[in-house]
Amino acid sequence: MFRTIVFSAFGAGLVVCVVISALQFFTTEPLILHAEQFEGTADSGHHHDAATPAHDHGDAGDWAPADGFERRAYTVLANLVLGAAVSLILLAAMVLRGDRIDARHGLLWGAAGFVAASLMPALGLPPELPGTPAADLVDRQVWWLATVVASAAGIALIAFGRHWAVKAAGLALFVLPHVIGAPPPPGHEVAYPGALAGEFVIASLVVSAVLWTLAGFSAGWLHRRLSGSTQP
Amino acid sequence: MTTTSSLATARLSSRILPAFAALVFGLGLYLGTGFAWPSALHNAAHDARHATGFPCH
Repeated sequence: MFRTIVFSAFGAGLVVCVVISALQFFTTEPLILHAEQFEGTADSGHHHDAATPAHDHGDAGDWAPADGFERRAYTVLANLVLGAAVSLILLAAMVLRGDRIDARHGLLWGAAGFVAASLMPALGLPPELPGTPAADLVDRQVWWLATVVASAAGIALIAFGRHWAVKAAGLALFVLPHVIGAPPPPGHEVAYPGALAGEFVIASLVVSAVLWTLAGFSAGWLHRRLSGSTQP
Repeated sequence: MTTTSSLATARLSSRILPAFAALVFGLGLYLGTGFAWPSALHNAAHDARHATGFPCH
């Protein structure tokens, strides 16, 4: 059972990696590189000089991939890990739920995952280009994670709850993080041309939607094929 | 314990345990890629983090 889940998840991760890497290459990556050209010009607390790559925000001397092939290779690797991770989470949830696992159900679970893990947190913390002023990182990560957990629980209660009160509680969980509110940024002035931010939000949400739905679809399909071959 | 209930327990654990292990594995990879603080990990996953909307920097 575990082997089938892991094989399906990494197979799906490979498919997801190819597709979202190609998508990022044409959509988010040019926008990130464009925004980074302006990063050194604003007083954003980062200091770049000719010796450090434009995307190194750690202390001087911290390792960062060199721009170009190396940087892109690490992005592709991160996409593979993300694709496999999302597939593992979706397959585990489907197995725990006990429903039929196939491409169609995987697609539905993936769509729900996208809403919980990308769309709802993006309402408070929109996907950001480098150089966007933002609140403390840990505060944002805590709010982001709590919002994902609350939204996922909310979807589960609305989808699987039988009593109307359970569904209402699910709706309340959906709304609660936004009533509390995300950590606000210190300002809205950006160093890069502001219109890039809008383009980036849409591009990033499309990448995330493809990540989650394609992971669910291909992991569900592969799991059905693999478990069908061992258990006729 | 009757044969039926031990069978049911075996079926349950053969389903729940692998799924739970897969869930922990998946969450570990997800948070490792999107959230880990070490600078080298951040820099390696930087563009993927931005592209998928994780809080970054």
